[in-house]
Amino acid sequence: MGSRKNRNFFNSQKVAPYVFVSPFILSFLVLTLYPTIKAFIMSFQNILPGQVTFIGWNNYIRAVKSPTFYIALKNSTIYMVLTVVILVAIPIILAVILDSNLTKFKTFFRSSLFIPSLTSVVVAGIIFRMIFAESDTAVANQVIGWFGLEPMNWRNTGWSAMFLMVLLATWRWLGVNILYFLAGLQNIPNELYESAEIDGANVFQKFTNITLPFLKPIIIFVTTISIIGGFRVFEESFVFWETSSPGNIALTLVTFLYQQGIHQNDMGYGAAVGVIVLLIVFVVSFINLLLSGAFKRSDT
Amino acid sequence: MKKIKISVIVLLMLALTTLLVACGGDDSPEGEATDVKTAGGDLEDATELTFWTFAGTHADFFVNAAERWNEENADRPIKLTAETYPFDQMHNNLLLALQSGKGAPDLVDIEIAKFSNFLMGEIQLEPLNDLIESEIDSFIQSRLDIYSKDGTVYGAPTHLGATVVYYNQEIMDEAGVDIDSIQTYDDFVEAGKIVVEKTDKPMTIIPTSWYGIWPFITQRDSDFFDENGNLTMDNEVNIETLQYIADMIHVHEIAIVPPGNHYHSEEFYGFMNDGGAASIIVPLFYMKDFTEYMPDLKGKMQIRPMPTWPDSDKRTVGMGGTGTAVTKQSENVDLAKEFLYFAKMSEEGNIRLWTELGFDPPRWDVWEAPELHEDNPYYEFFHEGIFDMLLDIRDEVGSVNMTDNIPDALDEIDTNVMHQVVRENTHTAAEALEEAAKNVQAKIDSKN
Repeated sequence: MGSRKNRNFFNSQKVAPYVFVSPFILSFLVLTLYPTIKAFIMSFQNILPGQVTFIGWNNYIRAVKSPTFYIALKNSTIYMVLTVVILVAIPIILAVILDSNLTKFKTFFRSSLFIPSLTSVVVAGIIFRMIFAESDTAVANQVIGWFGLEPMNWRNTGWSAMFLMVLLATWRWLGVNILYFLAGLQNIPNELYESAEIDGANVFQKFTNITLPFLKPIIIFVTTISIIGGFRVFEESFVFWETSSPGNIALTLVTFLYQQGIHQNDMGYGAAVGVIVLLIVFVVSFINLLLSGAFKRSDT
Repeated sequence: MKKIKISVIVLLMLALTTLLVACGGDDSPEGEATDVKTAGGDLEDATELTFWTFAGTHADFFVNAAERWNEENADRPIKLTAETYPFDQMHNNLLLALQSGKGAPDLVDIEIAKFSNFLMGEIQLEPLNDLIESEIDSFIQSRLDIYSKDGTVYGAPTHLGATVVYYNQEIMDEAGVDIDSIQTYDDFVEAGKIVVEKTDKPMTIIPTSWYGIWPFITQRDSDFFDENGNLTMDNEVNIETLQYIADMIHVHEIAIVPPGNHYHSEEFYGFMNDGGAASIIVPLFYMKDFTEYMPDLKGKMQIRPMPTWPDSDKRTVGMGGTGTAVTKQSENVDLAKEFLYFAKMSEEGNIRLWTELGFDPPRWDVWEAPELHEDNPYYEFFHEGIFDMLLDIRDEVGSVNMTDNIPDALDEIDTNVMHQVVRENTHTAAEALEEAAKNVQAKIDSKN
């Protein structure tokens, strides 16, 4: 009797959905919401063992007044813009090529482009560091040598530092984004292309008038995660320079957070920087969604 | 319509916080030690002690010590678990464990540049003064001071870290320069000019980290902070010294920035191993790097004291280091302390710091011990008489002043000063140090 009652309870349409989502809700509460709230509280504190004191807005004032914070903000913003542009444009084109019937060895290319995202970024970083070492014999310097260029000091020059980070990010995320777009491409009915052909549309017209509009939801999604990923960039900088890069050329917001909060044992300050990053990401993503019309109810 | 908008916003919020909270954690498995070694595991009633370190060789050292302890103290056996973690991860884990009051080991290695982080607030480490009170004169005092606060010692030093010059005899011979004739930095520069002219190789290298400035200003009794913790980063001596170093690169052209920027990079090992530079100025603990990563230099390197500055007789400075501490969270504080003394602070322990690890022991009273003069791989690689040289310069060991704000100063040096002055030559030493001092002072003021 009791067990049947129980079964009915869990089977009921009202309860079952909650049972299914409960693992997520629980882990969200414990591992995400609680730390987030705690971080908000910590951002108003000065934290040392046995001496935790509330200091009001002091941590925020320090962050806003710190010139280093703005260097980090600038670097993260440039990185975000570059990765969004590159990681939306290139994967779309590659996805279309990989989806075309004219392409040979599709599976091979698809998997080789996806493998980097399975690689540990730390391992990849070491290889990248070797490729872009400053010696004349390093791979990258050999290659530019063929074009008659002088060997570069890649890791210590402002623009090339950003280039290295964006390159590593592109290498790493390209395959994942291609996958999103490939999935999107499967949803486009073939008839549309056929009728477009009958109407005499060329490849470019088909791409701009059929493919892109159909991929719009995916583009919005990929843009949003790239914005979030761009602002929270850490590993791409850490694997090349750890926490301190020459002249802060590769200092990002999260590197700054880590440097101040953990390396210099100033966790309240680090938490304040974290909250600021959260607000920035929220505002920028919100503007992005607003401009791209994601909030408008579409009938499709 | 409105409902949809709100739910989209809520969803976005959730997604954002999830992603942000996941920051930095996804690729570094926290809490996993890369290597675990144990001693005394088969003994009954053994008291369990854990030790964290970032250097596998230190783990071996403590495991060996635990085995000797168990032989000598059969009535109080210990079961030591030595866990090795990557450098940053170990210090981060320790910081969080001590902050949260849970999960810290009994014994832990803390690197010198990180040590001040653990001397803030209510100190979570045990004082070690009672262990060494009667023998304090046998220690090079400055090596205890760097792990102390207000006269209380919290860390057992691993080595003296006496900074010396390693000369490549082959290159010096080719240039025809007698290394024993180099007594002052001016001699060093003059010799460098000959070396560059005759061999086309740089006389020395200057790393773009604090290793390129701290040893030299310390040698002249200056520092980033004075004994009272006041910022002295841009004082006259520091400016003059840094300018002298920068001039070695940009004016006299006898020195270069090393490939890979510092002494511990693969690029540099290869460069130096191929006879890339005639000398490097680095503490004695670097012997291990030579023997492990630069095998071709065997028999070619000569160790000498640092040249002197006109206003100071100091021919060496203690640099770098690791202090082993006992945490307040240990359930067996007394045993852990006694074991630490046995392993690292006793005469026997100090002798083993040399015989097992190749470190110059922080207790000078063992420098004459026969064990330190027996044949070993280091004498074979370099030459004998290293400790006679140390005894000779024992009273001339300069030392650094540690304060809570040292990480801020070192960060400024590593990130900006050395880059601007030594690498890029865009600033004079005065400009860079004055700006750095301003930044550090602003940071200190904003904390209070």
